[in-house]
Amino acid sequence: MNPTELALGQAYFYVCGAFALAGALFTVTAKNPIRGAMGLLLMILAIAGLFLALHAQFLAAIQLIVYAGAIVVLFLFVIMLLGPSATPPHDHRGRIPRTVGGALFGAGGLLAMWLVVKAAPTHPMIAQAAGAAAAKGAEASKLLAGAPADFGSVDAFGRIIFTQALVPFELSSALLMVAIVGAVAVARGRSKSLAEEAREETPVAQAPAREMKPEAYP
Amino acid sequence: MIPVEHYIALSAILFTIGGVGFLVRRNVLVTLMSIEIMLNAVNVALVAFNRVRSDSHTGQVFAFFLIAAEAAEVAVGLAIVLSLFRVRRTVRSDEADLLKN
Repeated sequence: MNPTELALGQAYFYVCGAFALAGALFTVTAKNPIRGAMGLLLMILAIAGLFLALHAQFLAAIQLIVYAGAIVVLFLFVIMLLGPSATPPHDHRGRIPRTVGGALFGAGGLLAMWLVVKAAPTHPMIAQAAGAAAAKGAEASKLLAGAPADFGSVDAFGRIIFTQALVPFELSSALLMVAIVGAVAVARGRSKSLAEEAREETPVAQAPAREMKPEAYP
Repeated sequence: MIPVEHYIALSAILFTIGGVGFLVRRNVLVTLMSIEIMLNAVNVALVAFNRVRSDSHTGQVFAFFLIAAEAAEVAVGLAIVLSLFRVRRTVRSDEADLLKN
């Protein structure tokens, strides 16, 4: 592999990684959920690009079809169904505990990342793989060099899915079936009579819903 | 080529961003998107580690099943958001307090 290809590969990783981080940050900070969904889409596309760089062609296609094609569209459907209510007005209650919790989680996550990245080169699994790569003639630092030609292809992937992973594959179809039935049952809501019963039992539900103020709930 | 640590670092940063978003944001839709970010970060780590040990496809198959589970989770999660909106006319997680008191 010549130096130009190496530099291109590195640039590809950093561009995709930067887009993924930017998309994730945009999603988390967006006021408007539609913009958040667009940030999510950007992150998903960038991660599909990373999958391509990692020899996971089939997963990159699945990522595009399932995430960009189904999940983001589902988010957009729900956001548009909710209309303006999807962006509730800002208020500052409970801001400090949330900020402290978020900061603690962030610090913990970054600390864990630092520990893992520091320990990774000496870990037996990675060291062994580096040794195998070195035996093949690749440099030990280029851990990601050298893989079977069909690694990650639909051919190899399908063989695994329908032999070793056949039972979990069939079970995942049952999971999706249950999820569809559950989503329909939950989203359809209760029948009219049950809803009216509940309204009579709980005085809270009697108030006109749109005028509910947070102060009304001690 | 890029060493695997870079991918793991990217995955950890993405997971941290998603976790902070999950904890800090109160819009249920953004919370669900944060969960998506975290699961995507896990997928990146799985595929990157699988690339190191390219004699089997275990990590990629695991990521495949994670994507299937995630599609199910989003479908049910968004149905719950719609149901919450029908009951309380809100998408803010701190106003979903019917079980409080």
